[in-house]
Amino acid sequence: MFWFFNRMIRAIPSTSRRFASGTAFLRPHFSLNRVGGERIRRVAPPLCALLLAGFAGACQQTPAEIQKHLQEQLITAKPGAVIELPEGKFHFDRTLSLTVDKVTLRGKGMDKTVLSFAGQKEGAQGLLIKANDFTIEDIAVEDSAGDALTIQGGTNIIIRRVRAEWTRGANAANGPYAIYPVECKNLLVEDSVARGAADAGIYVGQSENVILRRNRSEYNVDGYEIENSENVDAYDNVATHNTGGMGVFNLPNLPRQGGKHVRVFHNQIVDNNTANFAPVSLGPIHDLPSGTGIYIMAIKDVEVFGNKIQNNNTVNVFLIHYDTGVGDSLQETASSPITQQVFAPGDKRYYPFLQQVYLHDNDISGGGKSADSRIGVMKAMADALGGSLPDILYDGRVDPAWPKKGANAGDICLGNNGAASFLNFDAAGNMKHPVRDLKNYTCTLPPLSAVSIPNLAAALPTNGTIAP
Amino acid sequence: MLARSRSAPRFAGFTYLVLACLATAFSGCDLRFHREVRLYLQEPFPQKLSAWHLFTAAGGHLTPNARVLPYDLNTPLFSDYADKYRFVWMPAGNAAEYREEVPFEFPVGTIFAKSFAFPADGHPGEERLIETRLLVRTKSRWVPLPYIWNASQSEATLQLVPNPVPIRYIDAAGRAHDFTYQIPNTNECRECHDNNKSLQPIGPKARNLNKDFAYSDGAANQLTHWTAVGYLRGAPAPAAAPRAAKWSEPATGSLDERARAYLDNNCAHCHQPGGTAGYTGVDFRLGHFDAAAFGVCKHPNSAGNMGDRRYDLVPGHPDDSILVYRLESTAPKIMMPQIGRAVVHAEGVALLREWVASLPSAPCTLAAVR
Repeated sequence: MFWFFNRMIRAIPSTSRRFASGTAFLRPHFSLNRVGGERIRRVAPPLCALLLAGFAGACQQTPAEIQKHLQEQLITAKPGAVIELPEGKFHFDRTLSLTVDKVTLRGKGMDKTVLSFAGQKEGAQGLLIKANDFTIEDIAVEDSAGDALTIQGGTNIIIRRVRAEWTRGANAANGPYAIYPVECKNLLVEDSVARGAADAGIYVGQSENVILRRNRSEYNVDGYEIENSENVDAYDNVATHNTGGMGVFNLPNLPRQGGKHVRVFHNQIVDNNTANFAPVSLGPIHDLPSGTGIYIMAIKDVEVFGNKIQNNNTVNVFLIHYDTGVGDSLQETASSPITQQVFAPGDKRYYPFLQQVYLHDNDISGGGKSADSRIGVMKAMADALGGSLPDILYDGRVDPAWPKKGANAGDICLGNNGAASFLNFDAAGNMKHPVRDLKNYTCTLPPLSAVSIPNLAAALPTNGTIAP
Repeated sequence: MLARSRSAPRFAGFTYLVLACLATAFSGCDLRFHREVRLYLQEPFPQKLSAWHLFTAAGGHLTPNARVLPYDLNTPLFSDYADKYRFVWMPAGNAAEYREEVPFEFPVGTIFAKSFAFPADGHPGEERLIETRLLVRTKSRWVPLPYIWNASQSEATLQLVPNPVPIRYIDAAGRAHDFTYQIPNTNECRECHDNNKSLQPIGPKARNLNKDFAYSDGAANQLTHWTAVGYLRGAPAPAAAPRAAKWSEPATGSLDERARAYLDNNCAHCHQPGGTAGYTGVDFRLGHFDAAAFGVCKHPNSAGNMGDRRYDLVPGHPDDSILVYRLESTAPKIMMPQIGRAVVHAEGVALLREWVASLPSAPCTLAAVR
């Protein structure tokens, strides 16, 4: 992810997979009398009535039969169907999937209707939705093998009061994403909870017209990730006790490029100091320093305001580019079509620089006091600076081809962030000319427009448009 | 049947047969009376496979009806070592339009029938049919219909969410197999068959069909034979059509060609633009090559723990490549394909290991972490 995270970070012992505090919190904090493999054989009357109507002896259904019948319901649902699930904890060993448009899946509450995928045998996801006009609400998805709730390629999607969690707590073997909408359009995720994801609790990728609000993401590696997406509002969310609170960024080699226009406001991004437990296979996120508040990378048109960003021990705000280049010294070894392509420039559509970020009116304090020693370069930088990193850390890299020149060619604008300290550590200049003075970065950018999701108007106040 | 001593009773007999069939039309006409394949183009689709009159089943063997044409592929999808029997049927007077790269353009009414069988436990030389998947081209779309065979092998019934099937047998090489075969449900059919949310056939492409098949009246190239029987229009001579290597036969292609054919038919249905895994940016289609899209030194973007490996494909280093790790796994979160496989394809893995090892070594770590 970050160009300066050298290879030594790979030799991290597995102890980092445990986090220092909060384990107790991650234990299931509710109990249901129908929990457990065998006991669920006799399910409550509401399930019989709603889920298994029409089946003789429905109240004697085994978990396998319940699974089969719910999957049949999802397959045979007609557009407009509302599938209501009763209270209880229901076990599934196989991905549940939906491809019918205009379906609502509704439980009795995120702590009352629990779909448990513990011991999953087939399929990587818990719920896999490939449909438009889909709403899921008041349901928990627990302990899936891979991602808990995947929504792929859907338009007009509402995820509301959903809890997605790995109940064993932070663990490298957990699935990467709890709530994972990808390639969606017109997406609302609200009042939901994500815990234990080995990558991101709530992720939005390759999507457009997105509102994330009033969610809580904790004890994940990354609390929120907004990746390769356009027109996103994230507000009134809480990110705490993750490794990092929130990432807003673009990555190469994905079909959708050019994510931009992201507003992050009125969120609480505090105390994200959980040790990074992402497996090495997760690549960039494995290298995310514990104690990162918000990082904004390789994207333009981002407005961050009115947030409380506090007590993230490595750095509260991190502004960086992403370098996809390959070491020049390797080029001479290129001898086959494959290696020649490896050594050729990467994704030509990808733009790795950070531009036009406006960070204002935030309450940023108390962070940077003890950089993650696992990430050698961050720790070394902190040590060189007397032991701590500033509130806002910027790598200072700008596109050489960017027509605007000058001290702040990237248009990184900071304003009214209280006493927040700042450092441009001059990555391009090998840290020879660091800048602490805010003067060149004290500027304003035009406010970004609010995200409007016309087709979800009924679900939103003020006619589908959210005023900050 | 009635006696046929005079012409009038013969006519009467035929009429009787037609009436009998009409009378039983809703439950499916008996195969002994009907020789023609029956086509159903809208719901409700028949609950019994026999209602389609595609074949007769006896002792685990399928005998196709007239014009139900068997075919096979150069490099097929691996399915837990199941034996697969593929048939195609089209309404008389209709033919598929040849396409060079993508599946042919098949006419409304086309039926593909793919049956999966395993050696019968304790009965050497016999097979047990598990399922027959129909793919039917209706006026608006392709419809997937999974039919599950009964224990007596006399009939298969339509099941949207089939139960898993325990499989035990000892193969010809003396190797014991004991696993649970997961029959895909109709949503899972779409996991592989969907492209841009439209369900499509996968196998019947020129490069897969361009091979000889041992028909009952002698071997012939399938493209030529399909054209001869009126099932295909516009195909060039086989020599001018693309031909995928057969993954297991070195005589049919280089190591690279065979490995690429394997990836094409085992992975590319999802890993291509518009496919289920299109969002990952990985594209394994034969005839397309981009290093990053092949996973070379590429971080997976949504994988879980992959055995502490960082990159999808590390040239020269199979033990560092997530691609190999996924093929060697049967854990649901790790394995590829994500569905439709319960056991490791040892021979396929060996091929891809050899292929990855043969690629000029590239130090991905330097490449990606500068």
